[in-house]
This record gives sequence, C-alpha cells and structure tokens, in this order.
Amino acid sequence: MKKNNNTIAVPLKRYISQTEKKKRIFVYCSIIPVIAIFAFVRIIPICTNFVYSLFESTVVNPTQKFVGLKNFIELFHDQLFLLSLRNTTIFALFVTIFSVAIAILLAALLTTQSKLSPLYETIYFLPVITPMVPVAVVWKWIYDPTYGLLNYILSWFGISPIGWLVYPNTALIAIIIMSVWKIVGYNMIIFLVGMRDIPETYIEAARIDGASSNQVFWKVIMPLLRPILLFVFVISTINSFNVFTQVFIMTSGAQGAPGNAVRTIVFDIYENGFRYFRTGYAAAEAVVLFVIILLLTFIQFGISGKGDSSKKKRAIFRKGAVK
Amino acid sequence: MKEYSSIWVKILKHAFLLLGCVVMVLPFVWMLSTSLKIPSEVLSWPPQLIPKTFTLQNYVTVFQTAPFVKFFFNSVTMSVVSTVCILVTSTIAGYVFGKFNFPGKNFLFVLTLATSMVPLEVYMIPLYMQMVKLSWVNTFMGLVAPYLIMSYGIFFMRQNIMSSIPDELLDAARIDGAGEFSIFFRVVYPMLSGPSGALAIFAFQQTWAAFIWPLIVTSTRDLWTMELGLGMFQYRFTVDLGPINAGSMLSVFPVLIVFLFLRKKIVRGITLTGLKN
Repeated sequence: MKKNNNTIAVPLKRYISQTEKKKRIFVYCSIIPVIAIFAFVRIIPICTNFVYSLFESTVVNPTQKFVGLKNFIELFHDQLFLLSLRNTTIFALFVTIFSVAIAILLAALLTTQSKLSPLYETIYFLPVITPMVPVAVVWKWIYDPTYGLLNYILSWFGISPIGWLVYPNTALIAIIIMSVWKIVGYNMIIFLVGMRDIPETYIEAARIDGASSNQVFWKVIMPLLRPILLFVFVISTINSFNVFTQVFIMTSGAQGAPGNAVRTIVFDIYENGFRYFRTGYAAAEAVVLFVIILLLTFIQFGISGKGDSSKKKRAIFRKGAVK
Repeated sequence: MKEYSSIWVKILKHAFLLLGCVVMVLPFVWMLSTSLKIPSEVLSWPPQLIPKTFTLQNYVTVFQTAPFVKFFFNSVTMSVVSTVCILVTSTIAGYVFGKFNFPGKNFLFVLTLATSMVPLEVYMIPLYMQMVKLSWVNTFMGLVAPYLIMSYGIFFMRQNIMSSIPDELLDAARIDGAGEFSIFFRVVYPMLSGPSGALAIFAFQQTWAAFIWPLIVTSTRDLWTMELGLGMFQYRFTVDLGPINAGSMLSVFPVLIVFLFLRKKIVRGITLTGLKN
C-alpha cells in the first residue's frame, strides 16, 4: 500500500513543481513589462516630484541647487499661490456641496422607475460624457456680458447684465455653476445605483411601522447610503481640487477675466512650471496639492473604516446588494 | 413614496425633472444653434434659439482655418492606442494579481491602488522632464505615454477575474496540458468581454478628453488633439463665435453618438469603475 502510494506521489510532486515553475515564468514574463511601464509613468515621476521640490531649478536643469524647504517657505508668502489655494478651496467646497445635494435630490426623484426615467438618466448624464473643452467654450459664450444667453434670461427677471467672467468673484461663481452642471449627472447615477440596491423590504418594513416618506428617506435610505455618500464627497472634492481645463478656457482670451481672476492651484503649477520654467517651485506647489489629496483620501478611509455601527450597516447593505 | 402619489405631486416632480433636463440640454442646443448662424445673427439681441437663416459656412471656415481633420485623426489614434494598451496591461496585471502568488505581490498591488488616487497634475512636471530626457517631447510617444496604464483598470479587472473565473477551471486547463500563456489567451481573455468593454469605453473617454498633458507636451500643431486644437483656436475666434461653436460641435458630436448607442454600457462602466473603489 505504502509503496504504491509513493509511486503515484513522486510523479505528482514532479508535476506540481513543473506547473509551479511554469506559473512562475508566466508571472514574471507578464508582470515585469506592466510594472516597468507603471514605474516609468507613475512611480518614478511621483517620487521625483518630491526631489524637485527641494531644488532651485534652471530651464535646462531642474536640480540646479539644493535649497531644502526654501520653495515651500516662499510658496506660503506668495500672494498668487495663496490666492490660488483660496480659490481652489472655495471652488472645491461649493462644487462638491451643490453637486452632491442636487444629485441626491434628483436620485430620490428618480428611484421609483417610470417610463421616462431612462430618458432623464440619459439627459442628466450628457454633460458627464462630453469632453470639457467644447463645454467650456460654449459656457464662455453663454456667460458673454453683452450677447450671452444667461444675461438674456436674467433680463426677463429685471436683472441688469453682469460681466460674469470679467470680475474675479463672479468668474469664480460662473465656473462653479458650470462645473456643477458638468458633474451632477455622475453623482446622481452613483446615488441612483445605491438607492436602487436598497432592498424594498427595508422601506416597506419602515412604512408598516408608520414612518412617513420623509422619515424613510432620512432614517432608512440615507444611513444605508452613507458609504456611497462619503465616496462621492471625496471623489468630487479631489477632482475639484484638480480643476484646470475650464479655468484655462473660460478665463483666457478677450472676453475672459484678467490673468489672476480665477487662478487655481493647477493653473499656478502650469504657469510656473511651463511658462516661467520655475520647475522646482512648481513641483513644490504640486507637493502641496498631493498632500491635500492624500488628506482627503485618508479622511475617506478613516471614516468608512471606523465604528461598528457603520460596518454593520454596510454589511446589511452588501447583503442587500448581493440579492 | 406612496402617500404622496397624488397626481399633482407626480406632475410637480416631472415638471421639476424636465426643467432640469432643459438646463442640461440648453448649452448643447445653444452650441448647435450658434454653429448654424450667419455672423450678423450670432451677435443679435435678443438671442435667437433657432437661426433665421441656416448656414454651414462656419463648418467650412473651421476646416479652412484649422486642420481639424488632423486633430480628429490625432485624437482617435491617441485614444485607440491608449485604450488597447490599458486593456492589455489591466487584464494581464489583474489576472496575475488575482490568481497567482509571488513574492512582493501585496506590496505591488497596494502600490497600484495607492497611485490610483494621485492625479496626473501632481507629477506632470517630472514626467515632462523624463520626456525631455528621452526626446519624446512633441512626439506621439510622449503624447500617449501617461495613458498607457490605468490603476483603476488593474483593480477593476482583478475584481472581475476573481469573481467570474473559478480556480478549478484554470487547474482543469493545466491538467489538460495547456501552457500558462495559452490559458490566458484561450480561457481567461475570452471570458472577460463584458468588463473589457466597460473598461475600454472608460479608458477611451478619459484619453479623448485629455487636455493638460497634450497642452504641455506638444509644441506644434501636427500633434494637437481635438480638445487641444479647440482650446487653442478659441483664442483666434473670440470675435467670430460661429466657427468656434462649429468646432465644438465636431468635438461633441462623435461622443454623443457613441453615448446614445452604448448608453447602458457606458453608464455601468463609468459608475462601476468608480464604485468598486
């Protein structure tokens, strides 16, 4: 019996070790090129950015002279950078709050499916799928002080023409409105997916217990939606902190606001890095942006990971989603 | 919401949603309308939503002043190369991360996940310097380089492979004597058409809309993409709004057509890539 066993086990072992060897060859052959590309276009530049931020640069040499934290110290005395930090924060805050609030409202109205809901979903998603540049071009034209559509519509209500993109404050508002318009559909679809995944039985149970629609929404739907809500909040804020294209398009050229009107962080990085070739300084700004994004990411992981009650709720939610 | 289901509440709800739809669509209608107007009508007051005299002259002007055919071709090439590359790298890496064990796997995977949160804007300066060193500035390789890989894509494919391809199937193929490469191409890859489609659409859309990287890495018009060309040419058409809106239409139109045909897939792809996070 024992002998017999061995005669099978030896070829089996050989077979296993052979397949293991084959597997290992496959893994290394396939993953190394991917990792190489990944390192080249992601890891290395992300790391080099920190190095650059500690150096004073010239046009040809980004690491001309080691200056330590001088770039960062200078940065926080630089009026233009502080202005762009302020603008970007205001922008991110308002875009996130409004786009999330409107998206939740829309999703709540669309949860009960009707014949028209696919149509609504498609239309609200249109701006999301459209590239930013053409959209920014047409919004710039809508905001035109003399011939723009917005001032015309406002004139129905007796509001006199506003030079939307001319003054810093109105320009910031204008770009916020346009950006909310652009992303609200994305947030809406995500909330909608979340709301439709909530099992009917929970809502019915709450109803039987005598809860009103309002109570059902705030006490049943919203708590179950919390992880998704958090995700959308963080993603929207991070994306808003990277705002560039619409600012570049809408505040440039004759009708646009003067140079600094809606200066944002990425715009400042672009100008310092690629117009004035102050690579080290721009890299320091990029580090600040990186830290902001890192903090936001930690907030997301921190909140979604903490507390038993939220974990339980998510477990319930998952069970519902599986069904 | 049953207790509110009186007819008036329904009407109010739909009125609100329709108003929202008007706000969503109006800029597109306005773009189309402006692109079809003659110059005197573009700057008329009050603004006319429907042009009195339709003209295609603006589209002709766009093609005469700017090489939009070239831009379009550049955008398509860049997006296709990027999409194919992202699909290949994501599927391979997703498969290896999902189904194999090797030293350093967890470290590499966490690294992939961590970088997915870092936007291009943060590391574009060193990346540009790398392009300078390789003399890839103002070349197609330089243009497409950051879009060859997508951290989300790797994660997304890994999730799909882990949930839809059982280990037993792979072992069965191994026992039948199939090599690892043929298992990947003949067994794994064909089973991933659904997620591949979603990822492809997501990748294509992302690269098509790219703006800041083409802006910094190209210096001659020959390499401008649709988005960049449009962005740069709006400087020249600030007075002449007809042509620039015609250019915008050219950039929006293909995207809208694709979207209307593949709506469900696109929405699912884009939201799922986000939600799986």
